[in-house]
Amino acid sequence: MAPRVAIVGAGPAGAFAAASLLRMHPQVEIDLLERLPTPWGLLRGGVAPDHQEIKRLEDTFDLQTLGAGCRFLGNVDVGVDVSHAELMDHYVAVVYATGAQTDKSLGIPGEELAGSWPATEFVAWYNGHPDFRELEFDLSARRAVVIGNGNVAADVTRMLTLSADDLARTDVADHALGALRESRIEEVVVLGRRGPAQAAFTSAELRELGRIPGVELRVRRDEVALDPLSRRWLTDQGSFTARKNVQLLGEFAAAAPLAGARRRIELRFLRSPVAINGVDKVESIDVRGNQIVQAEDGQLRAEAAVDAVETIECGLVLRSVVYRAVPLPGVPFDERYFVLPNERGRVLDADGTPVTGVYAVGWIKRGPTGILGTNKRDADETIECVVEDLGSLRSPARHIDALLAERCPDLVTVEGWRAIEARELTAGRQQQRPRVKLASRDELLATAARSPA
Amino acid sequence: MTYLITGSCIKDDSCIEVCPVDCIHPKPGSLEFESAEQLYIDPEVCIDCDACVEACPVDAIFADFELPEKFDYALELNAEFFAERSIAERTAA
Repeated sequence: MAPRVAIVGAGPAGAFAAASLLRMHPQVEIDLLERLPTPWGLLRGGVAPDHQEIKRLEDTFDLQTLGAGCRFLGNVDVGVDVSHAELMDHYVAVVYATGAQTDKSLGIPGEELAGSWPATEFVAWYNGHPDFRELEFDLSARRAVVIGNGNVAADVTRMLTLSADDLARTDVADHALGALRESRIEEVVVLGRRGPAQAAFTSAELRELGRIPGVELRVRRDEVALDPLSRRWLTDQGSFTARKNVQLLGEFAAAAPLAGARRRIELRFLRSPVAINGVDKVESIDVRGNQIVQAEDGQLRAEAAVDAVETIECGLVLRSVVYRAVPLPGVPFDERYFVLPNERGRVLDADGTPVTGVYAVGWIKRGPTGILGTNKRDADETIECVVEDLGSLRSPARHIDALLAERCPDLVTVEGWRAIEARELTAGRQQQRPRVKLASRDELLATAARSPA
Repeated sequence: MTYLITGSCIKDDSCIEVCPVDCIHPKPGSLEFESAEQLYIDPEVCIDCDACVEACPVDAIFADFELPEKFDYALELNAEFFAERSIAERTAA
């Protein structure tokens, strides 16, 4: 009997892991379990709609996993529909690829006010994640503030400033397209805690912010002039990207204002939010100035520089600080680093002993770092451990299908997903868009159920 | 002519695996690889074989004369990347 392996989470890490396992051990049977009715995780629900070229990775994932015999078991919530212990009773190995789904909070007053959101919820909403469809973002104020300087901050800033016509050419969810069409936001202020040399944007993302049609990008000269510590760091050990970012920001600061701009983006540096103000909803945000200091470990950090607080009026705050994983019932969890404690992907218990047959891959293994391709090498590392261990692991005789039939009446199989995909792509062709997403669970499940299973 | 990798690169290293002359940098495993936001093709070593274009899962690689306008910066960026590397580094496997 072929060993059966469950991979929990059909995002990029799970897909790379499935592909890697099929490559290293073609005799294995793989079930890709997914909480949503659709696969590919943040590739579908995270990558911005105006970055369609990156979404082409879906074709490779499909070809190397579902197209290569790996089963898709969608709309199965591990920990709710099926427990970890039950998975262990049915699979020789379980690989967790559940990612990091929530935002870290800022811990500042007013964070919970209406109009202050984790950026990840805004992302899930505009990308048609069925659990976020009902959210209502108030886009009626003139100014929005984005907190953070990474790729999610860049994505949401573009989504708030692209023209409705440009958005309409993407696969942005229809409910979001409607709301963004009516948006009265004219200015998006992006706050970076540290300076230009430490910004987490890639230079490609930064350059893109300066090239949105009809949008002026403003950068203040005094905020992009490097302090002596950052200048020395940049020369001695700055990455190619960091040097490029500093150069681009200098160019942006020197550029003439854009005549007739529809919207504006202002990138602020060395600014930390200290409070979000408002009675019933966000009305403004208080921001403190920082300076760069060298910590004892040699790292450059931001530290409060002045007591003076600047107040920026705004009606929307998107907090994009860092993604965080949530614990999985019955599986060890590292509360300090928000990952499954592991060694090269083998999950460890409290004593540091590997838990037989349990593995981790992707963000739940290493934390929310790296880009899509990082998961490929990460997956190879975990799968090497799985393959090494397979010989000594005993395969349970029971097959999961009986349990799933009992617990998951709305299971979405690969045929169901293909039906969803076909309907979305057909609608997309009709509207000259890459795809039109089915964004409610009901629509997704009804479409999947009509497939000739 | 030469080939250029654009900002849609996801560093999944499919191109590195297929390149017959090993001209795509930085290499996986190096420190520089981890911090790099994309990979770069060394125009001095590239033999224009097209293998990387075929292998790239996100179509991030273009021949210079086919470069879409939104990536018009890529030629200069590529040149800058390699200008910072020594010849020895580039020719070492």
